[in-house]
Amino acid sequence: MTTPALQVVDVVKRYGSGPTEVRALTDVSLTVAPGELVAVMGPSGCGKSTLLHLAGGLEPPSAGHVLVQGIDLDGLPPAEMARLRRNHVGYVFQRLNLVPSLTALENVMLPLELDGVRRKEARAEAEAALAGAGLAGPWDRFPDDFSGGQQQRIAIARATVGERSLLLADEPTGSLDTINAELVVELLTELCVRRGTAVVLVTHEPRFASFADRVVFLRDGRVVDQTRATDRAADDEAVAVRR
Amino acid sequence: MTIRSGLLALLASGPSHGYQLKTSFEAATGGMWKLNVGQVYTTLDRLGRDGCVVVDVHDDQKRYAITAAGREELESWWQALPGDEAPPRDELVMKVLLAITAAPQAALAVVTGQRTALTEVLQRRRRALRAEARGGADLVARLAADAAVVRTEGDLRWLDLCEARLLQLHRTTEPNPRPVQNQEAHR
Repeated sequence: MTTPALQVVDVVKRYGSGPTEVRALTDVSLTVAPGELVAVMGPSGCGKSTLLHLAGGLEPPSAGHVLVQGIDLDGLPPAEMARLRRNHVGYVFQRLNLVPSLTALENVMLPLELDGVRRKEARAEAEAALAGAGLAGPWDRFPDDFSGGQQQRIAIARATVGERSLLLADEPTGSLDTINAELVVELLTELCVRRGTAVVLVTHEPRFASFADRVVFLRDGRVVDQTRATDRAADDEAVAVRR
Repeated sequence: MTIRSGLLALLASGPSHGYQLKTSFEAATGGMWKLNVGQVYTTLDRLGRDGCVVVDVHDDQKRYAITAAGREELESWWQALPGDEAPPRDELVMKVLLAITAAPQAALAVVTGQRTALTEVLQRRRRALRAEARGGADLVARLAADAAVVRTEGDLRWLDLCEARLLQLHRTTEPNPRPVQNQEAHR
């Protein structure tokens, strides 16, 4: 059996204690296979972003386990945790967090260089990631020289450079118009199909959630329902028959 | 919209035979509105009676052409504004409203279930849309598919609003609300 890209098992996340305790997540379990795009939906404050933070090891669960590529994050030494995050997990946020004083290419090279990859190699990988993200060159321009949609593509290239297997995207379409937002979600879908990247997409837009193989609904920190996993091949065939 | 307006719109670009009008109508409405040829001829007869089309025989077939009166009626139709009518008695809306009145404790579960099912519909529509796009579908077919997607999105947004308002109500009436169901999100 293929190792899931992400396993969240019976996770609880509490903030504070005693009378001021807030439960952000209660008994949440979620498994994401390689190449699967899972959308997480729910009203504001339902725990969507908290779930992503836990999935990426940005904060630990109060109870339960999070496994990335089969590796339990619980008790992982900080250096190991940092290495796992760098090698396996990419993040895309609504706020792009691109470094304004670095060019598009340098932004994408950054995580590789921090990881000790040689400059020439990092450059080649970053160029491949930018091309894969559908961003036309030249890439030696600064983030401000690109449109919002193009900047999000740079952020996705940075998040996926180095063949990372899990991409966590928190409202990546939030600052974009509908057409550009659709292109960004299309790109995430392509990454799943083409590279087998597992993607967890947090969104409050049904439009973008509908690109996912599966949609999970959270409410008050619990999973309340989910759609059945869709079969891409069967759907494509149905359309072909209808023609 | 009526078949009458549709036929006038098609005839405005040139005369046409009855069967040709049927196929053009279906193509122009993105396959969302299928006609039988009888409906087309009945409508053309009425348009002829009202002086909106004239008929001549061309290649042993009746050929219809729009008249000045027909163009006038068509122009009024293009210019007519959408009315502010009450929404149709939609099955989904009625179901949720009845659940809130008749089974308030289960209303959230009804909203949840309907939303999941509708999200699956939206996922299927989305895949069909993407397959159409890959197959190089024309603009009309693509926009027709877009319309179906957008309507489903509208229903889903409404269900989200139902959920938010129900939760708001629960929070003001119950000290510690619990979701109605819980399940693991395993594949």
